[in-house]
Amino acid sequence: MKIIIAFIILWPLAGFLFNGLGRNIWSKKTIAYKATGYILCSFIFSLLAFINVQEQGAITVHYFDFINTASIKIPFDFRVDALSSLFLLVITGVGTLIHLYSTAYMDSEEAPHYARYFAYLNLFIFSMLLLVLGDNYVVMFIGWEGVGLCSYLLIGYWFSNATYNYAAKKAFVMNRIGDLGFLLAIFWLIVKLGTVSYGSVLTAESLAKLSTTDITAITLLLFVGAMGKSAQIPLYTWLPDAMAGPTPVSALIHAATMVTAGIYMITRSNILFSASEITQHVVAIVGISTALLAATIAIKQNDIKKVLAYSTVSQLGYMFLGLGVGAYSGAVFHVITHAFFKALLFLGAGSVIHAMHHEQDIRKMGGLKSKLPITHITFLIGCIAIAGVPPFSGFFSKDEILAAAFAKSPVYWVLGVIGAAMTAFYMFRLYATTFLGQFRGTQEQEHHLHESPTAMTLPLILLAVASAIAGAIGVPELMGGHHWLSHQLSSIVGATHEAHLSVQTEWILMAISVTIAIIALLIAISIYRKKADDESQTALGKFLFNKWYIDELYDNVIVNPLHKLAGFLKEVVEKNVIDGFVNGTGKFVQYSARKVRLIQSGQVGYYILWMVLGIVILFLLWFNDLSVLAFLFKLTPKS
Amino acid sequence: MPIQYYIFLCLGLFSIGVVGVLTRRNAIIVFMCIELMLNAVNLLLVAFSKMYHGLGLQTQPGSLAGIDAQIFVFFIMVVAAAEVSVGLAIIVMMYRNVHSVDINFLNRLKN
Repeated sequence: MKIIIAFIILWPLAGFLFNGLGRNIWSKKTIAYKATGYILCSFIFSLLAFINVQEQGAITVHYFDFINTASIKIPFDFRVDALSSLFLLVITGVGTLIHLYSTAYMDSEEAPHYARYFAYLNLFIFSMLLLVLGDNYVVMFIGWEGVGLCSYLLIGYWFSNATYNYAAKKAFVMNRIGDLGFLLAIFWLIVKLGTVSYGSVLTAESLAKLSTTDITAITLLLFVGAMGKSAQIPLYTWLPDAMAGPTPVSALIHAATMVTAGIYMITRSNILFSASEITQHVVAIVGISTALLAATIAIKQNDIKKVLAYSTVSQLGYMFLGLGVGAYSGAVFHVITHAFFKALLFLGAGSVIHAMHHEQDIRKMGGLKSKLPITHITFLIGCIAIAGVPPFSGFFSKDEILAAAFAKSPVYWVLGVIGAAMTAFYMFRLYATTFLGQFRGTQEQEHHLHESPTAMTLPLILLAVASAIAGAIGVPELMGGHHWLSHQLSSIVGATHEAHLSVQTEWILMAISVTIAIIALLIAISIYRKKADDESQTALGKFLFNKWYIDELYDNVIVNPLHKLAGFLKEVVEKNVIDGFVNGTGKFVQYSARKVRLIQSGQVGYYILWMVLGIVILFLLWFNDLSVLAFLFKLTPKS
Repeated sequence: MPIQYYIFLCLGLFSIGVVGVLTRRNAIIVFMCIELMLNAVNLLLVAFSKMYHGLGLQTQPGSLAGIDAQIFVFFIMVVAAAEVSVGLAIIVMMYRNVHSVDINFLNRLKN
């Protein structure tokens, strides 16, 4: 088993080395086959590991000691249990499809860049697997940084474009802010418990060792890390900008896998989080606020990828709401279904962009229904799934979170349903503007419209099927299912108890949310079936179109003052103080040397004089009072 | 006689020696001042020696306490005598060469 688990992670690494080192050697075909094939191998091994977990339960394998000192020991261990094996399957499964899709999508790139792209993508899968497989927070952190790096590299993949580089830097810096929180949480754990392994941290004994303050601080710091990686208020603005990367990257990293790392981390540490009431409230409030804020912004965006990006932020907010109200398995369920339908939507958007020759503005699209039939159907399935219409997957996972939210506080539920309605609205606005009505682009674009090649449509179809039926893994009991997923995860999140509602209440809640969502989507279709958003905008529309001016706010409150401070330090402090100090030292030495040199006159008498003065001074320093005189008098004979 | 009389006397002699070395330019006088400092120390040694010897005799008849300092004094006098002979020889050689015993003439090693 040790070998199988090692191979899960070694395949992508091999792909990375192969593509990265051989980027000038191999043909594009070789690169594409190898990159996709290695991830497929990794998927097969993940499947083996998953089956093994089903049969024999969780296992931990030890490879070597990462840090081994007297006071702290951090082993390099992997753990495959119900939670990580599910994530393994999602990462490698969706990863394989997206690699396959990329082989066609990136076909216009030249071989070295093509290889670079796949090398980064493989490295990303490697890091993500490391993050998920690690048996302690340090190994998780290594993967955590790795995915951040790959995210940076892939957002800035088209590095000749300055804006894209800026977006990449923004993503990296914002992630670093979150990482700092994560790192501090790890240090805190080390100081208090002396260990970071899940097996010893996440137990009742170690909880007993921590005070309430410790737990609250650690979980809040961990949550700061999750905020950065999973794009929550206030660190969410990097994700929409991250759309600068190639579309499959957005699908893989910024929708399906990396951004859910925060959810994985909190679910993994659920024992800690459940022990802190304050943190749970913070997580839930941040989650629901992000969900609503991002949903309002998504309503007014015209870039097909931006809508999906804000939708991702919003859905991540739902997941955090789920975590905050203690519905850990619900959050993981939503991660899985979201991975399917959001990857599908991004890939569908990629297919549209591909067909439109890199046009991303939905106002210039429309009527693509007949031109791109497969993309259209699969995209529609994705929209229905995310809108929460039964029996598609999004319905089950979202409903589970909403039910848990209602049990905690009806306010969360009301806000959640409003968010769900907005989700349905903006998704079908996107769908209707893109696929229905008349084509609004140029004649030339219309002429070139074509359905994407099989390598792109096949992942779309597979993901559409998954989005449609993935809800089956978590059909709630009142609908006759037995909720396979929550039984799966009971060993991880078993300690938490979810408040149960009466069957009747749950049916009513479900009916209300579904009705509202369907009404919202019908309104969206009826408005945008014929026309796109016009230029004339209400004040509110403009406010939402400009994303609540959050970026401008950050620029003015944080970035510009920092620039000013940096300028001040550079122009004033550096030039006058630092340089003055350094040059002043030199000048002082030269000046004093010129003066002191005169003492060496060659007159022996002066030398002796200085010597005597020195001795006298030393003498006075030594007996810095008149004790020597007292000593002399003490010597006097008594008689 | 209280010991501090000797101490202050020695301090005086020593200070005269120091000031003489610092201020006078005549090599012979500088030389004499050095001898003065040496002998100030000698005097002090003898004085302390006598004092401790006297104290020792009070507690234990036939005590040899403090005697060793007087041996030191003899050594110092022997060394001083040797030094004087060398020093005077240098001064004589110096006078023969520069026709002066001004020590400020002795800075020819400079540069």
